[in-house]
Amino acid sequence: MGVPLFVNRRDVVTPGDLLAEGEFQPGENALREGNRIYASKVGLVDVEGDRISVVPLKGCYFPKPGDLVIGRIVEAGLTGWEVDIFAPYPALLPMSETYTRGHASKTDLSTIFSTGDLVMAKVIAFDRTRDPLLTLKGPGLGKAFGNRLVRISPIKIPRLIGRKGSMINMLKRETGCRITVGQNGIVLVSGRDDKSERVAVEAIYRIEREAHTQGLTDGIEEMMRRELGR
Amino acid sequence: MPQLSPEDLLRDGIRVDGRRWNDLRPIRMEVGVLDKADGSAYIEHGKNKILVAVYGPREAHPKHIALPDRATIKCRYHMAPFSVEERKSPAPSRREIEISKVIREALEPAILSEYYPRTSIDIFIEVLQSDGGSRCAGINGASLALADAGIPMRDLVAACAVGKIAGQLALDLSDAEDKLGEADMPVAYMPTYDSVTLLQMDGSFTHDEFAAGLELAVENCKKIYQMQKDALRKQYIEAGKEAVAEGGAGPKAVI
Repeated sequence: MGVPLFVNRRDVVTPGDLLAEGEFQPGENALREGNRIYASKVGLVDVEGDRISVVPLKGCYFPKPGDLVIGRIVEAGLTGWEVDIFAPYPALLPMSETYTRGHASKTDLSTIFSTGDLVMAKVIAFDRTRDPLLTLKGPGLGKAFGNRLVRISPIKIPRLIGRKGSMINMLKRETGCRITVGQNGIVLVSGRDDKSERVAVEAIYRIEREAHTQGLTDGIEEMMRRELGR
Repeated sequence: MPQLSPEDLLRDGIRVDGRRWNDLRPIRMEVGVLDKADGSAYIEHGKNKILVAVYGPREAHPKHIALPDRATIKCRYHMAPFSVEERKSPAPSRREIEISKVIREALEPAILSEYYPRTSIDIFIEVLQSDGGSRCAGINGASLALADAGIPMRDLVAACAVGKIAGQLALDLSDAEDKLGEADMPVAYMPTYDSVTLLQMDGSFTHDEFAAGLELAVENCKKIYQMQKDALRKQYIEAGKEAVAEGGAGPKAVI
């Protein structure tokens, strides 16, 4: 392609930076203005074929159909629940999207999930004009339990999981805790004792803080071994 | 402070604080200074010290302020009681309400608010110390805080003022110069789109002075824009390595 590209892959760009001119397609966080493509967020440039996008370094959780999220029941309504999924929009979980039998009109929904309960749910529909719709139908979905709830930036979630789950599996192995991660940045931690949970939570916050450093998995592993006295 | 007269403002081409007519005051910018805000910035512009926090996009409250096609942008410019020599009442004054409005309108063209309909984006500008030109410094800080919050924007907005002291054009007036000078004109500008988003003036300019002043302001907005970009890059250059280590793995959930 003989068209001008003004940035390299993984350059840090800021809003308004000119990315490319001509026959490129704007991907995520990039916008076309006439013949030119500009960045709309602070982030790293990613070029795939003729598609140029910006991988953001900060931002809120924005629901996408297919995402697995951990939400908190805000209110039980007549036909479903309002769920806080820590996004700019409140989510709806209709009773028809749970495995509950019976008819919604004859059931007091707060006996199934009440305010404050946590659910692991999947986003099935969202298009900004209406609030996101959740389902509990699917493997692993349903009421979520955890002794501690940790909220981190949803953008750091890939780092917490690591390549092929290396980071999260190491955390689980070292602390013996059950750790549930939602794509909206909510992490639930349950362990045998207070100490292992505390170490796990500390490690999660440290991963969020130091997400940019290399060899983090080893550093965290060492920290946990020291803390847990093994 | 000794009493100044208008003639003192410019002596042999040197202003009271030692600047020449076309010098900006020293500017320092820092991004991501507050933990609890979604985005934040701290800016020092001469003696101005301003803290900006941005929240959002989040659910709009009360619900009736939500717009069906874009995000509502709320902006509060507030001066701390200790920010000026005589204690300022903490209640929003007529002046602060007006400045909140013009700052909001200066930032609105830059924010891609149509990406988040029905939500609200809240900008809080706290002036901790004030010395003239705080609305411009507030705009500069707010742009940084918005970018830091990860809010999609067309461009960063940079702002600076041009005024007239002792009959001559001067850049970036301080409080004393503003009070004794003959004119002050704040300008906010989006360099990538070559668009002015705020233009106010009090006092009087001739046509030629106005034209030269606007050009001077725009030229210096571009300098400030570069500083804003550097401040953001500095904050994120470290974080940039993360994605390299990560190899761009898509987000997943773990059950």
